[in-house]
Amino acid sequence: MSQSMMWAVLLGTSVFCFVIKLLGHYIPETWLSHPRLQRINALIPISLLSALIVAQGLVIKTHIVIDHRLAGVGVALAALLAKMPFPVVVVSAAVASALFYHLH
Amino acid sequence: MAKFPRDTFRDSLSVSITVGAYGVAFGAASIAAHFSVLQTCLFSLLAFTGASQFAAVGVVAAGGAGLSAVAAATLLSTRNALYGMQMSPLLKVRGLKKIAAAHVTIDESTGVALAQTPRGTDAMRAGFWLTGLGVFIFWNIFTLLGALGAKALGDPASFGLDAAVPAAYLGLLWPRLQTNFLRLVAVASMIFALAITSWLPAGLPIIMSVLVAIAFGWREV
Repeated sequence: MSQSMMWAVLLGTSVFCFVIKLLGHYIPETWLSHPRLQRINALIPISLLSALIVAQGLVIKTHIVIDHRLAGVGVALAALLAKMPFPVVVVSAAVASALFYHLH
Repeated sequence: MAKFPRDTFRDSLSVSITVGAYGVAFGAASIAAHFSVLQTCLFSLLAFTGASQFAAVGVVAAGGAGLSAVAAATLLSTRNALYGMQMSPLLKVRGLKKIAAAHVTIDESTGVALAQTPRGTDAMRAGFWLTGLGVFIFWNIFTLLGALGAKALGDPASFGLDAAVPAAYLGLLWPRLQTNFLRLVAVASMIFALAITSWLPAGLPIIMSVLVAIAFGWREV
C-alpha cells in the first residue's frame, strides 16, 4: 500500500469514527432503538474480531497458510483458557510464534 | 466538575490503566502493518476507538484495500453511536464540550458511567469524563511505547509480532463470548471468513463477516 493511501486510511478512519460518535450525541434515542438493529450491532464486533483473527493468523493475501502464527494463536487460546491477563496472552503468543519461526 | 465519590475515581483510574496494555498491542500492530510511528500515534489521538483502530491496521496488514480498512473500522465503531445516545441526556453539554464528550465516547467511559448508576447522576457524569480522559491519556502514551518498541525490534515474524496481533484480537474477543450463542457467532464468522478467503480480494472477507452478524441478529433467539 502506498504512503498516501496509508494516510487516507488513517484520516478516513479518524473522520468516520468521530462522525459516528458525534451522531450518537445528536440523534434521538428512538432512532436506533429498534431491537433488530441493537441485536446486530451487538454481534458486529464479535464477527469482525473473529474474521480478523483468522485473516491475520491463518491467511496470507488470499491463501490459507498454516505456519508459525498458528502456534502463537494456539498458545494465546491456551493462556485465555487458563484465565491469564491480556499482556501474558499476547507475549506468550509472540514467544511461541518466534520460537516456531526460528526452529523452521 | 462537581465532587464525586472516591470509588468512582478509583473505578475510572483502574480501567484507564488496564486499557493501557491494549494500547501497547495497538502500537505494535500498527507498526507491523507498516504504518509509521507518527501515523500510529495519530490513529490513537484522532480515531481513538480501540477495536476500530485494530481493524483498520489489521485490514491493511492483511493486504486489503484502503476502502476496506476504513469500512471495517467504521462498522466496528457503530456501537459508539449507541453509547452517545445513552450518554447525551446524562451529560447535557453543548459546543466544544459536546465535541470533547463525543470524542471520548467509547466502551470504557460509557461502561464506567453506567456502572455508577447506584451512586447518582453526578457520579455517572464524573465516571464518564474521568474514564474518557484517563483512557485517552494512557491509551496514547502506551500506543507510543508499543510503536517505539515494535520499531526497535525490527522484523515482525522474527519476534512473533505477526502472531501477537491475532492473539491480541483473540484477547479482545474473549471477554465478549459470554454465551454459547455468542461463541457460535464467533466460530461461524471465522469459518465464513476462511471459506470466502480464496474468492475475494484480501481484506474483504473481514468486512463480509458482518453478514454473519446480520444473519444471527436478524431474529431473536
